[in-house]
Parts: sequence; C-alpha cells; structure tokens
Amino acid sequence: MTGGVRVWALHLAVLVALALAPLVVPPYHATNLARIMVLAVFAMGYNIAFGYTGLLSLGHALLLAAGMYATGLLVAHGGWTAGPALLAGALAGAGVAFVVGLLALRTTGAAFMIVTLMFAQAGYLTILYFGDLTRGDEGFTLAREARTLFGLDLVTDATRYSAALALFAAGLIGCLLLVRSRTGRVLVAVRENSERTRMLGYDPFRARLLALTLSGLYAGTAGAAYALLFGYVGASFATVQYSVLALLWVLLGGAGTVLGPLVGTLVMFYLVDFAGNLTDATLFVVGAALILLILFARTGLLGTLRARALAWLP
Amino acid sequence: MDLGPFLFLATLEGLVSAAVLALTAVGLGLVFGVMRVVNVAHGEFFMLGAVVAWAVTNLMPGAPALGFVAALALSPLAAALVAIAADRAILRRLDYAPEAVIVATIGLGYILQQGALSLYGPEARAVAAPFSFRIQFPWFGYSGYKLAVIVFAALVLTGVWALLTRTKIGLVMRATQWDRETATAFGIDTDRVYALVFGLGAGLAATAAVLVAPISQAHYLMGGDPLLLSFAVVIIGGLGSLRGTVIAALLIGLTDGIVGVFFAPTLGKILATLLVALVLVFRPQGLFGRKTA
Amino acid sequence: MAALTPLLKARGLKRHFGGVKAVDGVGLDLGPTGVHALIGPNGAGKSTLVGLLSGRITADAGIIEFAGRDITRLPAHARVRLGIAYTFQVTSIYPRLSVEDNVTLAVRHPSGDVTTAARAALARVGLDIHARQIAGDLSYGHQRLLELAMGLALTPRLLILDEPTQGLAAGEIAGFSALVRDVARDASVLLIEHNMDVVMDLADRITVLDFGRVLASGTPDAIRKDRAVQAAYLGA
Repeated sequence: MTGGVRVWALHLAVLVALALAPLVVPPYHATNLARIMVLAVFAMGYNIAFGYTGLLSLGHALLLAAGMYATGLLVAHGGWTAGPALLAGALAGAGVAFVVGLLALRTTGAAFMIVTLMFAQAGYLTILYFGDLTRGDEGFTLAREARTLFGLDLVTDATRYSAALALFAAGLIGCLLLVRSRTGRVLVAVRENSERTRMLGYDPFRARLLALTLSGLYAGTAGAAYALLFGYVGASFATVQYSVLALLWVLLGGAGTVLGPLVGTLVMFYLVDFAGNLTDATLFVVGAALILLILFARTGLLGTLRARALAWLP
Repeated sequence: MDLGPFLFLATLEGLVSAAVLALTAVGLGLVFGVMRVVNVAHGEFFMLGAVVAWAVTNLMPGAPALGFVAALALSPLAAALVAIAADRAILRRLDYAPEAVIVATIGLGYILQQGALSLYGPEARAVAAPFSFRIQFPWFGYSGYKLAVIVFAALVLTGVWALLTRTKIGLVMRATQWDRETATAFGIDTDRVYALVFGLGAGLAATAAVLVAPISQAHYLMGGDPLLLSFAVVIIGGLGSLRGTVIAALLIGLTDGIVGVFFAPTLGKILATLLVALVLVFRPQGLFGRKTA
Repeated sequence: MAALTPLLKARGLKRHFGGVKAVDGVGLDLGPTGVHALIGPNGAGKSTLVGLLSGRITADAGIIEFAGRDITRLPAHARVRLGIAYTFQVTSIYPRLSVEDNVTLAVRHPSGDVTTAARAALARVGLDIHARQIAGDLSYGHQRLLELAMGLALTPRLLILDEPTQGLAAGEIAGFSALVRDVARDASVLLIEHNMDVVMDLADRITVLDFGRVLASGTPDAIRKDRAVQAAYLGA
C-alpha cells in the first residue's frame, strides 16, 4: 500500500468502527460516545492550533462557548431553527478566534498563554454579567421541539449518535486534508522554526492566524453541536477548566496526530469515569495525568506509537 | 455618608487589597524574574496558606492571637515545603522549559485543589482574627486588624527587598537571574537557588492568604482570583521588577477598592481583565518596565 | 555592466541601536549576476546591513530598490517572494523534519513538480543521498549545505550568504566555491565572508565596511591595493 492509501484506510476504518459501535455497546456507552465525539471535535480544533502550529492557548474554552452560546441564545431567544443556528455557532467560534488572534498573536510563548487565558476569563465573566439572558453558571436548556435538524429529531439516541458521528467524520476528514496539504506543512514549519519559515517567504503571522481561526471554527462547531445535541448551555463550558481539558486530551492522545484528539478524549473520559467509581478525586486524576504526561510522555499515546512503530501516522 | 469619607473608606479598603495583592504578586514575580517560568499553581499556594491557617488556628489551644501567630509562621513554611518538593520532583526534571512548566503547574494546581477538597472539604470557613478592636474615625469605625494587615504586608515587603538587595542570598539570586550559566560557572548551586526561590514565592502567597483569611474566608477554590490579579500586577509592573510590582499592586488594589464602590463588580473585572490583556499585547515590557533591545 | 540598471540599489541606509551607529549611510549596487563580497572587521555592520537588505531589520533611513521596485517598507517574507533569499549565519533548518521536507518547503512554484525541484536542489549540493534522513542528524557541514540547498530551491534572483564557510572543512570549501560560482552565472550573490582566500577567489566586486560606513568598493585588485583598507585591516 502507498502512504496515502494506508492513511485513508486507517481513518475510514476508525469511522466505520464508530458507526458500528452503537450496535454492540450498551446505550449508556453510546451516549457517552456521542458526547466524546463532539468534544473530540473541540480537541481536534485545539490540536490544529497547539499540536500542528505550536500555539499553546489557555483560552479555547472561549471559542467553545462562543459557538455554544451563539447557537443556544439564537435558538432560545431568537427563535432560530437548528440549521442556521449551528452555522452561526460555527462562524461565531471562527470569528472570535480571528479577533483574539489579531491581538494575541502579537505575543508568543508564556505571554500568549496568559493573554488567551485573560480573554477567555473576560468572556466567562461576560456570560455571568448578562445573567438575565444566559442564566449564568446555572445555564439554560433548549426546548425539545427546537432540536430538529433537517427533519431529524436530535433528542432520540440513534439520531443524536448519527449526528455526532457525521460531525466528527467531517472534522476528521477536514483535519486530515489540512495536515496533508501544503498549508498544513507550512503550519508545522512555523511551529518548528518560525524565523526560518519567514525567510522562505511565508508570513508566520498569517499562518498562525489561519490556524487559530480554523481551530475556532472547530471549537465553535463543537460548542454549537453540544447545545443542540444535549440541549444544555452553561457557563461551566467557558471556564478555564475546559481550555485545560482540551490541552490535556490533545497531550494525552498525541499532539500533532490526526487521531490523537479522539484517543485522548476517549481515554480521559473513561479514566475519569472509572476513577469516579473508586474515588471522587477527579481533580487529582486530571492534575496527575497532566504532570505524568509532561514528565514522561510528552508526545502522547499516538505520538509514542508513531515514534516507535508507525512513522507514517499523520 | 458624604463623598469625602466615602472615598476615604474606599481608599482604606483598596489599601488592604493592595497590600495582600502586593505580597502575592511579588511571590509570582520573583519566580518569574529569577527562574523565567510562569507558576500557574501560585493561586493554589495562596489557597493552601489560608486552609493551613484555618487548621492551625483550630488545632492550637489558647488565645486566638497565639494560634494566628503560629499560622503566620507555619502556613508559609508548609506552602514553601510543598513548592520545594514540586520543584525537585517535577520542575527540575523539565529543565524549566517554559511551556512544560506551565502544563505541569496547571496539573499541580489541580492536585492541590483536590487535596484541599478531600482533607478540608467544600465549605468556606472563617479564620478568627488575632484581635478585634476597632479604630474610631470621626465618620465611621474601622477594623484595627485590617490596618495591621497593611502595616505587616509593608514590613514583609521591606524584608523581601532587603533580602534581595542587602544579603548574599539576594546577590546569588540576582546573579542567577542575570545568567544561569555564568552563575553556575562561578560556583553557585543554581538548583538550590531555584528551589529556594520557588519556595519563597509560594511562602509569600501563603503569607498573604493567612492575612486575608480572617477578612474573607478559606475555601478550596479561592486561588483563582489571586492568580489572575497577580498575573495582572506582575505584567503591568514590568515582569521581574520588584518596585514595579509593588506600584502596580497599589494601582490595581486601590482601583479595585474605589471602582468596586461605583461599578458592578463583574463589569469592573471584565474591563480590568481586558485592559491587562491589552497591556500585555501592546506593551509587553509593562507600564513601568523598560524595553530591552 | 555599468549600463544595466542594477538588480539591487541601496542608498543612504541607516540603522542605529541605542547610541551605536551600526549602519550609518551605506549605499550599495548589486548587478544581476556575479559575486559581490561584503567584508570588514567584526562589528563593522555587515550583519546589520544584510539584515536591512533581507528585511529582518527595518531601516531608520534610506531606500532599497530591487528590480526597479521600492522594497524599503516590505516585510522580509514578501522580499523572499520577490527573489531575495537569505541563508542564516547560524544554521537554521528544521531539525525534526526530513532533509527532503526541509527543501520542499522552500520550493514555491505551485504548478511544477515540487518533489523534482526539491531533489534537484539537493543534488546540486550533493545531499540527495541523504534526502530521507532527519535533518537534525546530519553533520554540521551537511547542515550548512542543506541551508544552501534551501536557498537554491527558492530560485532566487539575489542569494545572500551570511558567513557560509564558517565551520566547513577545507575540502568542503572547494566544493562550496564551485557551487557559488555556478549559481552566480545567472543570479546575483552577496557574500559575507571572513575567509579572505574564498573572497579573493570568488568575488567579482568587493565592498569594505568599517564603523557602519563604506570604506571602499571595487574589484578585488583595487581593494587589495587600497590604502584605507590596508590601514583598517592592519590596524595602522
């Protein structure tokens, strides 16, 4: 098999496995899996910025929330239908990322991390400030009848799973196309050596801004889909914890690998779920996982696999 | 109350927050200045200080003042020991790579939060003030303890300044700050300096938290705001400058106290947060720092 | 050659750092082909001048024209696209990517076969047998050659080489000189070099900088005989 065929075969196999999963796993896990796929889209977005372009952001919760609240508020208060609201959520994520990027990308390293953290904090506080509309930390639910897309009832388990899978598949294929394109290679070049890349005639600022905007598109879409599929919009998704979770999922699965975000989100979800049965020290699990990863497995699960055996893994 | 006394009260309140903030931020700034790393767990060392203070004051028999003095000694020590252990076990292994340290200290912060939640619980609990006399101004009475906090914080800050500028340890720290490799070449054990600085930074945050515990309360999630405010202070003050940090703490503490009287607190926080982010974007050397090359 | 308009024309370039006048009113003409060497003692302003030409440093004053176009305010990456390639003094490659990927990033014509162009650039410097290797694993001399291959893959009209022979072995220098002579047949080469044997061997023209100013400019023979240059170099 040539490299390209092998890569596409692997990723299509993963999608087929996900499509067949509800037939074999109990409904409880199918619902979990739907949630994991939506959150994995968020993580894939984070991976485009952090994994491929080297932008360590601590503000991605803002982009997730931008999509979630744009969609949620338009449906709940604006009377929009699900389709246009989903599109608006996706664009809100990309738009906020673009504006934040214009400012924050003037900084690098630790300063970039703090600036994105601060913008996200301002966003979180803004949600609380407009508590009449957003109901603050408590959040709000979306009416059942508003949650239909193209005539499909998103509330039932089967359609919800299919919708989550369709979204995830689109995200995965988009990501694969991106990283195998020339643009994707330039993003990696910016991560590896920004000054060299500039002296090869590429504008690193533009490359980073593109990566962050695409990243925001993914995050916004994930937020919007979460609101529609699970019917809940809440400020907890805008807290720094969700920015950290995105970082954790990507680190765990393997930063700069296409399937890493899914693997990381899946493993972490069940790790916390499993630990939750033994102890309620979930914060400890998250904290310890971060420290162990950064100390001993900085390339994550798939990154390690790529280094050891599968050099062709994108 | 007339506007004058009202402003006076707001100024006093602002000075108290400025004093506490200055201590916390100097700790963060010291770590950044000497070690060139951002300690995201700094807020959790603050929280640790308050929680340990609650434990010590409740375990100590006798007068509350005695327990409080014990807390003032033991809390910073406990935070410093945890910090030094973290430095040895984690940060040194990461070779102080800035982004790796950020990720690791995020993890450390979660672990400290979990520790407090498991051992201390989710409740917010008050720590008894060591004394409770009020100072009577012509217009209102004011807590003598809060005034003592301002004085004590000023003393500690003077102590830090003297330590940095007047002692051999301070000289060694500054030498390490300028150039780690040269410092090593001159026989300075930079590993020990780093551990000391990291411990000192955590100890300062814990000291601030002990002081603030009788005014607010001890809670396992209390570290978030001090962390963000300290970031703000250290950035605006010019990263790594002690004088700038103290001035910025005064500025932000006073503004916080005065603006908080006139604006909705959430709106004030939003504007302040955006302002700090923009300062970092457009004047990364801080408002008082000087551009280096 | 005098009748032709120069490919690059710089006039009155100035750049001060604090009180230091690193480049203080320098003019320079580069022809469309040939090797132009830039020499001078350490701290004479060579690196700053090259930084101004490539756009890595912005000028305080002065004008730079390239192929008849004012590029003084153009950012570095846009100048690269116009055909000004720069190879770093301190080797700057992508150490974690393969040798071939390093060069592929430099190939910029979207229609042509990118891989063939990258292979051709590698073959020119003799690195084609190492194409699949990770660039960071190459020896220092090979990394310098990779840097040069990236410059060639840009198919520049002006190639700026910042101390390219630094750290190369004597055998490697001979091969390098032949390559530069070859490139200079249909492109302009600006060479910053300490090794006087290389300069005298390769250069068609030489400009001598001292204290941020042009001390002398001319053919190698004229420069060798120039009293001011002798004084500056011998410290008399």
